[in-house]
Amino acid sequence: MSINTTNMKSRKLKSQIFYAIILICTLTTIAVLAALLISVFSKSIGWLNWNFLSSLPSRFPAKSGIKAGILGTLWVIGLTAIISFPLGIGAAIYLEEYSKKGWLKELIQINISNLAGVPSIIYGMLGLAVFVRQWGFGRSILSGALTMTILILPVLIVAAQEAIRSVPSSMRHGSYALGATQWQTITGVVLPYASSGILTGTILAIARAIGETAPMIMVGAAAFISFVPGGIMDSFTTIPLQIYSWTGKPQAEFQNVAAAGIVVLLAVLLLINSIAIILRNKYQDRVKS
Amino acid sequence: MNLKKVLVLILAFTMMIGAVACGKNETAAGDANAATGENKAVELTGTISIDGSSTVFPIAEAIAEEFMKENKSVKITVGFSGTGGGFEKFFAGETIMSNASRHIKDKEIAKAKEAGVEYIELSVAYDGLSVLVNPANTWVDYLTVDELKKIWAPDSTVKTWKDVRAEWPAEEIKLYAPGTDSGTFDYFTEAINGKSGAIRPDFTASEDDNVLVQGIAGDKNSLGFFGFAYYMENKDKLKIVKIDGGKGPVEPTFETIENGTYSPLSRPMFVYVNKKALAERPEVKAYVEYMLTVGKELVPEVGYVKLPEAQYKEELNKLK
Repeated sequence: MSINTTNMKSRKLKSQIFYAIILICTLTTIAVLAALLISVFSKSIGWLNWNFLSSLPSRFPAKSGIKAGILGTLWVIGLTAIISFPLGIGAAIYLEEYSKKGWLKELIQINISNLAGVPSIIYGMLGLAVFVRQWGFGRSILSGALTMTILILPVLIVAAQEAIRSVPSSMRHGSYALGATQWQTITGVVLPYASSGILTGTILAIARAIGETAPMIMVGAAAFISFVPGGIMDSFTTIPLQIYSWTGKPQAEFQNVAAAGIVVLLAVLLLINSIAIILRNKYQDRVKS
Repeated sequence: MNLKKVLVLILAFTMMIGAVACGKNETAAGDANAATGENKAVELTGTISIDGSSTVFPIAEAIAEEFMKENKSVKITVGFSGTGGGFEKFFAGETIMSNASRHIKDKEIAKAKEAGVEYIELSVAYDGLSVLVNPANTWVDYLTVDELKKIWAPDSTVKTWKDVRAEWPAEEIKLYAPGTDSGTFDYFTEAINGKSGAIRPDFTASEDDNVLVQGIAGDKNSLGFFGFAYYMENKDKLKIVKIDGGKGPVEPTFETIENGTYSPLSRPMFVYVNKKALAERPEVKAYVEYMLTVGKELVPEVGYVKLPEAQYKEELNKLK
């Protein structure tokens, strides 16, 4: 009896120690995040105002604004979403539903996974060589969006594949049993069921694209720009590029301007993500009902 | 079916952004027409794309900002992909002006010829490469060029301050320098070590000069160098080192850099302009002239040193 209780005690103790450890892990993460956010937000106080949101870049910290950056980012990310979404889902459907198991599929699969780990500057160099120069799109929003597309495609495809794979085969079989064709099964059963997973993957991929700076410098996004973009062939700048430019300035006030820029970047990210999350939740409800 | 709706929504969202941006753009252009119509007979239009050295970027940014106020229909973009990276874009015809914190290299001249790009070189300002130590460093009063070379040479054996001058403490020197892609790095290595890019390998490098400021400010035994503008904005955190180029120790100031007594570390900043664009596009000519007349007054404001007046006139003559 006595042996049993000590064993029990030590096991309970172990359990509690483990609980404490994972609690510390969680708290550390939150503390680091909180420290970052507090420092950024406190620095941005007084700098983040309407003037900042509606002005173009300037050499004076007080006059400098992020309007060109916000519009540039929305243009690039919007176009990236339009191009990458069908491409990514199309590739995922092909790999999961149509392609036969074999060396070709394996090869494509390995390459996609590898591409997800390639440093983003490499994509920037590719974008400069292919889209800017060879295809002659110049230093435009289109070049930037195409570069971002190939940057996020691997992430998007892998996420969409995972989502499609998670659809129970019993549902596919049910659809076939009712006489549906493969295409009807994919559009009517598989995609709606997988949509929440696909959208989550898209959110993550877009979030990665929004924060990218290095490939944008490569394809020629400008740090100073005297106008806002009006079409996909215009020159542009993005929010992270503006932040990067401000943090490199000698004047200390620009660090506050950069902080305000970071808050705006977070807000834009949150806005785009929340749109995707609202869409996702709508789907989940429909699939359930 | 549902997927279609998502796509439609995304499409609608982007079009909405586009519409807003276009709308704003049109009104801005409208305002510009109204404003410039009063004081300018011929309105300049077009796009001027500039790229190149991040060191020259603040000057280009300031000039572009002021020029744009007077010529609202001219679109200007300034990037900072580095002196070398800027030239690449310049030769590819993607930019019509390239900022450089050093002279064009022979290799680059060959590339320009190959691409058929003709250019003129204009000096726009001086920068004094400043050598800095930590304020807690009480022993370093000045350094001679030979001592700098002893410290930074590729085969340098200097480990501690004592290795530089016998009376200095035997504490290890921590070295900070701009990254190898920067013109600042090229200029310093050429001026001190005699060959561009020749340097000992064991130093902390950063393309971001603010990182160097932080590094030197936080380490008692640090030694580093970067552009004068970064010293001006961080005077309280750093101690500047006088440099003896053979005529006694000189501290970099606006005066000593302009009159050339701060030698050999004061260097000119260049803007390379595409000759064809200069000849054929009035907005480019107007911009370049603006840069050398009104624009030069902005140089000290962003922490750089103006050229002597006579030299600006000389540069203007090159345009003819």
